[in-house]
Amino acid sequence: MTVTARGPVAQGSTASHAPHLLEVTGLTMHFPITQGLVFQRQVGAVRAVDGVDFFVDKGETVGLVGESGCGKSTTGRAILQLYKPTKGAVLFDGTDLTKLGGEAMRKQRRRMQMIFQDPYASLNPRMTVGNIIGEPLEVHELAKGQAKLNRVQELLRVVGLNPYFTNRYPHEFSGGQRQRIGIARSLAVEPDFIVCDEPISALDVSIQAQVINLLEELQSKFNLTYLFIAHDLSVVRHISDRVAVMYLGKIVELADRDELYKRPLHPYSQALLSAVPIPDPAVETKRQRIILTGDVPSPVNPPSGCHFHTRCWKAQAVCSEVDPEFKVHAPRHWAACHFPG
Amino acid sequence: MTGVGQRSLWRDAASRLAANRAAMAGLVVVALFAFVAIAAPILAPYDPAAGDTRNHELDPFWGDPAYRSAAFPLGTDQLGRDVLSRLIWSARVSLLIGFVPVSIIVTIGVAVGLVAGYYGRWADLLLMRAVDVIYAFPELLFVIVIVTAARGTWIGELGSGIVLIFVSIATVSWVGMARLVRGQVLALRGLEFIDAARAMGASDRRILVRHVLPNVLAPVIVAVAFGVPGAMLTESALSFLGIGIKPPTPSWGVMINEGFTLAIQSPWPVLMPAVCISVVMLAFTFLGDGLREALDPRA
Amino acid sequence: MPDLLDVKGLETRFFTRDGEVHAVDGVSFRLAAGETLGIVGESGCGKSVTALSLMRLIPYPPGKITAGTVMFDGQDVLKMDDDEVRAIRGNNMAMIFQDPMTSLNPVLTISRQITEALELHLKMNRTDARKRCLELLEMVGIPSAKVRMDDYPHQFSGGMRQRVMIAMALSCNPKLILADEPTTALDVTIQAQILELLKKLAKEFGTAFILITHDLGVVAGMTQRIHVMYAGRIVEKADTGELFANPKMPYTWGLLRSIPRLDESRRAKLRPIEGLPPDLINLPVGCCFAARCQYKRDVCTEKEPELKVVPKAKPDHEARCWGTQEGGWLVDVDYRTDTTVMAAVGAAS
Repeated sequence: MTVTARGPVAQGSTASHAPHLLEVTGLTMHFPITQGLVFQRQVGAVRAVDGVDFFVDKGETVGLVGESGCGKSTTGRAILQLYKPTKGAVLFDGTDLTKLGGEAMRKQRRRMQMIFQDPYASLNPRMTVGNIIGEPLEVHELAKGQAKLNRVQELLRVVGLNPYFTNRYPHEFSGGQRQRIGIARSLAVEPDFIVCDEPISALDVSIQAQVINLLEELQSKFNLTYLFIAHDLSVVRHISDRVAVMYLGKIVELADRDELYKRPLHPYSQALLSAVPIPDPAVETKRQRIILTGDVPSPVNPPSGCHFHTRCWKAQAVCSEVDPEFKVHAPRHWAACHFPG
Repeated sequence: MTGVGQRSLWRDAASRLAANRAAMAGLVVVALFAFVAIAAPILAPYDPAAGDTRNHELDPFWGDPAYRSAAFPLGTDQLGRDVLSRLIWSARVSLLIGFVPVSIIVTIGVAVGLVAGYYGRWADLLLMRAVDVIYAFPELLFVIVIVTAARGTWIGELGSGIVLIFVSIATVSWVGMARLVRGQVLALRGLEFIDAARAMGASDRRILVRHVLPNVLAPVIVAVAFGVPGAMLTESALSFLGIGIKPPTPSWGVMINEGFTLAIQSPWPVLMPAVCISVVMLAFTFLGDGLREALDPRA
Repeated sequence: MPDLLDVKGLETRFFTRDGEVHAVDGVSFRLAAGETLGIVGESGCGKSVTALSLMRLIPYPPGKITAGTVMFDGQDVLKMDDDEVRAIRGNNMAMIFQDPMTSLNPVLTISRQITEALELHLKMNRTDARKRCLELLEMVGIPSAKVRMDDYPHQFSGGMRQRVMIAMALSCNPKLILADEPTTALDVTIQAQILELLKKLAKEFGTAFILITHDLGVVAGMTQRIHVMYAGRIVEKADTGELFANPKMPYTWGLLRSIPRLDESRRAKLRPIEGLPPDLINLPVGCCFAARCQYKRDVCTEKEPELKVVPKAKPDHEARCWGTQEGGWLVDVDYRTDTTVMAAVGAAS
C-alpha cells in the first residue's frame, strides 16, 4: 500500500496561504478480522479506508461520494475519531486529532459535530427532545436550567420545529422531523465543522429537499463547514463546492464540483455519473450509459495495483501492477489513474 | 426544564401499566403478598413452628365438621401446627428468597454486562466463557450441587439455610442477567445515537449511565419480574427435596415436602401452599408481561 | 384488442388498532399487453400495496381488498378462488421485490428455487427444468451460471441476487411483471445494470411490466406511461414524455422541483413540498394534497376532485386537481416559471 505524501494536502497548502480547517493525510482505517475462542489472533483486515488525503477549507462543503462499502462513512467517522485510525493524520485547525488524549479530544468535539443517516437510530428513544438537544450543552457545560431550555427552544426554532416540542419523544415525530432534531443537536455547541453522513438518504423525496435547504440555510447563517457524505450524486452536486469520489477505500478523484461533473477524469467517476438516471425522458433516451460489469470487490482482499482495474474498460497491464498516484491533472483537480480523461 | 407538562419515560410507563388490567391484578396480588410477608408477626394467629399434636390434622373450615375447629380456620398439619400461620410466615421466606438473590443478580449482572458489552475485549471473553460453563448444566441441578456441597458448612447454618439459597441462586443466575444486558448493550452500541453521544463529547461514564443503561433497564425490569418467582420456585423445589430451608422454619416448599407423605388422607396442607405458589407466580407473570409492554415507548 | 390488465376502483384497507388505514383508495388503470407503466410516489402512497393487491398478496388480517375489480387477461383476479390465483402467480403474473436479500429462501439453492416454479407451473421434469434454469441465469447475466446455479443465495451479491429474482420472474414467460422498487436497495452502478437488463428483456419477450418506484429518474428512461400516486390514489396519469414536459398536478410539480438534477449546474434553491402526507386513517375532506398545496383554493378543501382529462394537453393525460380541470386556475400555468402565480395566489388569499 502506498500513501502519497504529495497528495492534495501538500499541494493545496502551497496554492493558498490560508491554512485549511481540516487536513487529512494518509488516513487509513483497517478493521481487524480475528479468530480464536480465547486467544484471538488477527487473520486479516477489512481495509475500509486505505490512505486518503484531502483538505476542507473554512466555509466550504466537500462532498464525499461512492457506493456502499467504499469507506466514505468510515472516513467521516475516523476524522471525528469515532474510530481510532490505523494510520495517518487528521489536522483540525492545526491540531492533529489522532494524537489527542481522551479529555483533550472531548474538548475538541465542541468544534466538530456529526449528522447521522438514520433518523430512527440516531436519537435515544428514551430521552425527550429537550434532553437530546440539551445534552451537548450539559456535556460542555455551556448552559443549565432555564438558559438551557431557552437555548433548546431557540435551536428547535432554527431547524423549523415547534419550540414547545421539548417534552416529546423521538417516536412521536416523522423521519424528516427527527432529522431536524438531530441537526439541532449538532448545532447546540455552535460547531465550526459538521460531518453529514448520508443525512437525507433515509428520507422521502419531498422531505429530502426540506432538509437540504435547511442545511444550506444553516451553513450561510452560522458559517459552517460541511463534509457531506452521500451516495446520491445529484444531491452532492447540488450542495457541494468540491467533490471527492471514493472507491474501495481510496479517493480516486477530487475536483471542484462543476469541473468534476463536466470533465470527470477517472473512469470510475465517469461510470458513476453515467449511471445516475435523470428525471427527463428527453435526456434519458439519448444518453450513452457506461455499464460497469461485475460487483465491487471485497475490501478484505482488494485487487492489486489500481483497485478499480477489475471493472475498468481502459485497464492495461500496468493497472494491475502499479497503484496509480493521486496527482493533480488540472488546477484543483486530482485523480488516481494511469489513463485519465 | 419546566415542571409543567413534564413527561418522563417512567411516568408514561406507569400510566400505560395502569391501563393494563391483567398487570394491575398481578400488581395487587403481589402487593398483598408483600404486605402479608411483612406483617406476618401481626397477622399470624399462632407460632408457625409450635404445634400441639392433640390438634393434628384438622380439616379447614369447609371440611368435615367432626374434624375441624374454629380456632384453626385452615386446619392443622400432622404435627398440629396451624396451616394459616405457616402459610403467612412462608410468604416472608418467599419474599426474601424472591428479592434478595434477584437484587444481587441485578447488581452484578448489570455491571458485568455493561462492561463486557460496552468495552468488549477480555471482559467480554471472560463473561462469555463463564456463561458457557454455567449454561452447560441445567440451572436447578447447579443450584442443587452448590447447596448440597455447602450445606454442612457454616454458611448452610445461617438463617436456617436461607443465606445459602441466596448465594447459590445468585451464583448460578447472575450470568444470565449479564448475558441479557451484554446482548442489549451490543445491539445498542451499533446504533447511531451512541455514536452521536460520543461525537458530542460525552464521556464513557455518561454514555453508559444516560444512554445505555436506560435502554437496557426495560428488559432488566422484565427479567426481574420473571426472576423473582423463578427464585421462589427454586426455593420451593429445594425445600421440597429437603435441601432448602431447614425445618421448622416454614416455607411453601417445606410445607409441601412435609405434607406430601400424607397427601392422600389429608391433601389440604399440601394443596394450600401449592395454590399460594401458583397464584403468586401467575401474578408476577401478568405483571412482567404488563411491564414489558408498558416500558416500550413505541407501543 | 382487450387490455391485459384492467383495474377498476381498487380499494385496499388495513384494519389496525388505531383505525382503518385507507392504503389504496379507488385506484383504476389499464395496461395493454407489452406496455410498460411506472407507478411513482413516496413511501406510504399505496404504490406497493397496489401491486400486492393485484396479485392478491395482501396479508389478511390486517389487510383486506374491500372493493374493485382486477381483470387480468379477461378474468377477475379478485373473484378467483385460491387455487386459481396460485396458478396465475409466478406463472402469468410475476413479481420482483425490493429487497433481494430477503426475497430468496436462504436454505434452498438458486437452481432449486427457479426449477420449483418451472415444475409447478409448466409441469417440466427435473432435467428440462434445470436446462431452462441455466438458460435463464445466463440470460440475466450470471457469470459462470453452470457452476453457480447450485450455490445458495448468501453466496451472491445484492445485484446478482436481483438478477436471480428477475430470472425467477421470467421463468414461466409471464405476461406481466410487477417490479416493486427493484433497484432501491442497490448501488447506482448496479442499478444501471439491472435497469438495462429489465429493459432489454421486456423488449425481447414483449412482457408488460409495472415499475414501482419513488425515483422519477428511474421511470423516465424505462416506461411508456407514468401514474403518480399520493395518499392511496392516482393523482396524475400521462405518457412519460408528456408527464415530464407538461405535468398538471401540483404534487407532481412539487416532486420535480424538489429533486436536484445531475445535469443542473445552476445551484438553484430546491423548492420542497412543505408539510407531511396526510394520515391515511383520518383522510382530509376535499383534495388529499390540499394541505400541502401552494395553489389551493376554497373548493380544494371542500370537495375531492376526480381524475379528469386535462385540457390543453395530450388526450390521455389525466389529473386529479380542481385547478387543472376545464376552466381551472392552473390550466395555463407552467410549473417552472410560476413565481408570479404564487404571488397572485398570495394576494388573492
